[in-house]
Amino acid sequence: MDGMTTDASTPRTGDRVGRTVRVTGPLLEAEGVEGVAMGEILHVGDDRISAEVVAVEGGRATMQAYEYTGGVRVGEAAAGSGQPLTGLFGPGLLGAAFDGLMRPLTSAPIWLRPDRPESVASDERRWRFVPTVAAGDSVAAGDVLGTVPDSGAVEHRVVVPAGASGTVDWIQDDAEVGPLDVVAKVGETEVRLSERWPMRRPRPFRERLSDPVPLHTGQRVLDLFFPVARGAAAAVTGGFGTGKTMLLQQVAKWCDADVIVYVGCGERGNEMADVLDDFGRLVDERTGGRLVDRTVVVANTSNMPMMARELSIYTGISIAEYYRDMGHDAVVIADSTSRWAEALREFANRRGDLPAEEGFPADLSSQLAAFYERAGRVTTLGGKEASVTVIGAVSPPGGDMSEPVTTITQRFVRAMWQLDRDLAYARHYPAVHWSGSFARDTDGLARFQTVHGDPEWAARRASALEILAEADRLASLAEVIGVGSLPGRERMVVLGGRLLRETVLAQNALSPNDAFCSDAKGAALLDLVLEVIDACHAAIDRGATATAVERLDFGPVIRAPQDVGPTDAAAIGPIRERVLAEIGALP
Amino acid sequence: MSSGDSALTGARIAHGDIRAIRGPLVVVGGVDDVGWDESAEVATPDGMRHGLVLDLDGDRATVQVFEGTEGLTPGAVEVRFGGRPLHIPVGPDWLGRVCNGRGAPLDGGPPIAGDRFAPVAGWPLNPVEREPPREPILTGVSVIDALTTLVRGQKLPVFSVAGLPHLSLATQIAAQSSSPGTRFRVVFAAMGLTHADIAFVRDRLEERTASGELVLLLNAADDPPIERILTPRLALTVAESLAFDDGADVLVVLSDMTNYAEAVREVSAARREIPARRGYPGYLYSDLATLYERCGRVRGREGSVTIVPVLTMPAGDITHPVPDLTGYITEGQIVLSPELAARGIYPPVDTLSSLSRLMRSGAGPGRTRDDHLDVAAQVLAALARARQSAALAELVGASALGETDRAYLSYRDAMERDLLDQGRAEARTLEDTLDRAWAALATLPRQELTMVSPAQVAAHLPGPDVTAASGDPATAASSLATASSTAPPAEEARDA
Repeated sequence: MDGMTTDASTPRTGDRVGRTVRVTGPLLEAEGVEGVAMGEILHVGDDRISAEVVAVEGGRATMQAYEYTGGVRVGEAAAGSGQPLTGLFGPGLLGAAFDGLMRPLTSAPIWLRPDRPESVASDERRWRFVPTVAAGDSVAAGDVLGTVPDSGAVEHRVVVPAGASGTVDWIQDDAEVGPLDVVAKVGETEVRLSERWPMRRPRPFRERLSDPVPLHTGQRVLDLFFPVARGAAAAVTGGFGTGKTMLLQQVAKWCDADVIVYVGCGERGNEMADVLDDFGRLVDERTGGRLVDRTVVVANTSNMPMMARELSIYTGISIAEYYRDMGHDAVVIADSTSRWAEALREFANRRGDLPAEEGFPADLSSQLAAFYERAGRVTTLGGKEASVTVIGAVSPPGGDMSEPVTTITQRFVRAMWQLDRDLAYARHYPAVHWSGSFARDTDGLARFQTVHGDPEWAARRASALEILAEADRLASLAEVIGVGSLPGRERMVVLGGRLLRETVLAQNALSPNDAFCSDAKGAALLDLVLEVIDACHAAIDRGATATAVERLDFGPVIRAPQDVGPTDAAAIGPIRERVLAEIGALP
Repeated sequence: MSSGDSALTGARIAHGDIRAIRGPLVVVGGVDDVGWDESAEVATPDGMRHGLVLDLDGDRATVQVFEGTEGLTPGAVEVRFGGRPLHIPVGPDWLGRVCNGRGAPLDGGPPIAGDRFAPVAGWPLNPVEREPPREPILTGVSVIDALTTLVRGQKLPVFSVAGLPHLSLATQIAAQSSSPGTRFRVVFAAMGLTHADIAFVRDRLEERTASGELVLLLNAADDPPIERILTPRLALTVAESLAFDDGADVLVVLSDMTNYAEAVREVSAARREIPARRGYPGYLYSDLATLYERCGRVRGREGSVTIVPVLTMPAGDITHPVPDLTGYITEGQIVLSPELAARGIYPPVDTLSSLSRLMRSGAGPGRTRDDHLDVAAQVLAALARARQSAALAELVGASALGETDRAYLSYRDAMERDLLDQGRAEARTLEDTLDRAWAALATLPRQELTMVSPAQVAAHLPGPDVTAASGDPATAASSLATASSTAPPAEEARDA
């Protein structure tokens, strides 16, 4: 599975060769490439480094190089490829790892040099193709022609590419084929097992769907308070050490999507090693297979070439769209979009563009918007409902929430999960803060929950958020005058806020019972805490002292998430009976 | 830099067409056949200087001169290019040597030789070939070993403030760290340190240098600042070879990264680049990452590279670009506190803001000691609680505190005195360190120890088994007290 452009189907164009005239880091300039096009890939020098044309002026093309350019000279050959940067999309993506240019890392050497071969894996493996149409059938773009079993956890479907339709003139029998082999002829079009697609171009679909359907993440604070809809965009933001990566990994492990594309964009190498290691061992509860078999890793760590980092998020989202067009629900996790924006800034500065805020290019907001808008729940060309959900991390420098990437991202995402340093320092994980975070689709998702058997969803969320806000207000008051000086009812609110935080909002990623939480268990836990809080208030109203209530053992409530299995909502009943009885026994 | 490089450049053309000299940059004209990032030698009447190609535009090459451009005259300078990006000899010949920031000997010995050459920029390690870090490095410093365990292949910085003993801590770690059962080597790179500090470092590391386990690279405060850009790259190139070619566990200490980042800023300013935050270039994150990400382990190979960068936070500001970007790349941080230092505690590690993200995989059963992770969690939780008690004591006075809060205050004192505070040359075993943690925990009422199991208590807690009767009102409430403030017991009593 190579990401680059050299194989039998794309002949090299040897006659469009120019010469480099400028080299400064990843910025190259060349003259004399005839008819050079914006976005075209040029191969530079003996190592044939890939560079993308980002400006053409007179006969001079400015390029961003996707490799380390050490040793590249003025006067070296720059050969036009006649193509934008494309990736090869086919079976074998799931369970594998790629770099930002979609070259396989799994078969790459230990040290990533620019001169490594472009294409290796594509010829090695053969895949069984099972046709689902017969010659003579009439098909349109997006229709399934056949499937490839044994390619990861989801059914791999070969569909008619966009723009093609007509009669199936020929279809491959059930047989083993190579990734570049033709498997069907539809009208004038030869359909190959794998498809080339330029990563920067969104794949077409029929129409967007507007009714929100929740993406279940298994994380209570998200599912109960700040939910994300399938096909929406969400961002998680927070300074270093607040647990962004941990939260994203939890979502990648436990959300109920079919395919996860995990893009490590300018982040730590050891983290990518951990993702590969962890996902290789964990079992996907829904399919029984390994988590890695529904995951594609795109890794462009912080020390890999910067411009390939810029491309890596487009590579990730194109892979997700490819699975969407088969009819699957895909999630793209991009950690971190700030590093991507920094790559944009770095290159804009080298080009000498006029900077806008903090040195970022003026088109940062349109580029971020275009990226997040590739998320969506759609009807595919083939008429299936499918989605691409985008979850991006934002790493604000100095934890400054007013910096450009954070403020722009806030405008374009449907949900924002803001991680709080104080919560993280108090080891409250996930450190999603209830007052700084938002979710724009809660009304629509509440309607979905109502239709699907949980009419209380919105009311439960509202009462809990109200208690949390009130408890925050009282906590700052109590810091001044002491909790003991508050009236009984207020002390119950403080107690309630604490129970909500420790039982419902905090979640232990390392506990086998608590790492994942089903909808039913989450709802039962929240109901339990709300009922306990109500009972405490009732006890105060009956004349019990606040101290007597506070001294009760709420341990069973706080430990319930870890004591009860991930889907075992029923086991919460006995805990509820016991604690409510204790509160009821107070005078 | 080395005989190997000189041999390579000997046959090359000398370029005398100097078009401009600006800050640390020299613009050479009439150049062809020179590659970007290629090494260069600048011959001046006073001797040889060294540089790298930063920009090629037509027949002009911009060269960054490590020794600076002070005293250069356009007519009296010749530049020779090295034909490839800067390579240095690597291998065990470096061990036991003391060199300057460019790798030239300071110890009177011959130039470093080596049978292999490696590019100082290094190559990115394929993330798929990384082995997740698993085994600990024992530093002999209690607070680090117990609470923020350093793991082989990790990058764990020390964040300090000017005037704190971070250099003592860095040299102590360099002098006494070890990895049980393997060959352990240290590369210590000093960047922009004063001569007094350099003398201190040489003195403290003399023994380990003499025994051939340590490489010392010293760039002094009055050495050319641009040389500092090279120093950590040399250190890491040498370390990678010792680790992944020769199978040693290598610890790289880089001090002080703030000086390094200032040198990067200086070059950026001379190139008239558009600055990002506080005048630092927008690529500072990527630049730091190309250093820090060179730590790690490789699948199927012995050896590891662990990096401990030391940096001073200007004005103690953790949101300054250097600590901030470092924190985004590294796997945790060790933060030093002026307040602890003022109380005479060494090393003054602020335990609650410090964190080793990889500790969970590098410590505990099969790695250090079975009780390690639990006792560390208990120590930290109790310190967090003690901090609340101390804040309360400031409000209401220590005498008005309840029994439990008073116990927490004496626990904190015991912890600081017996676990944190340590001699500057004292190396403690892990057994000793963890036993000290238990001894300090013993000052707390038994029922406060909720994060360790009864079996661990029986095995490790010193003194008679105290079964405290629960009469203290604060005790019952404490089961709830983690994230937020607990009810002050004095006032609870009033209410009841």
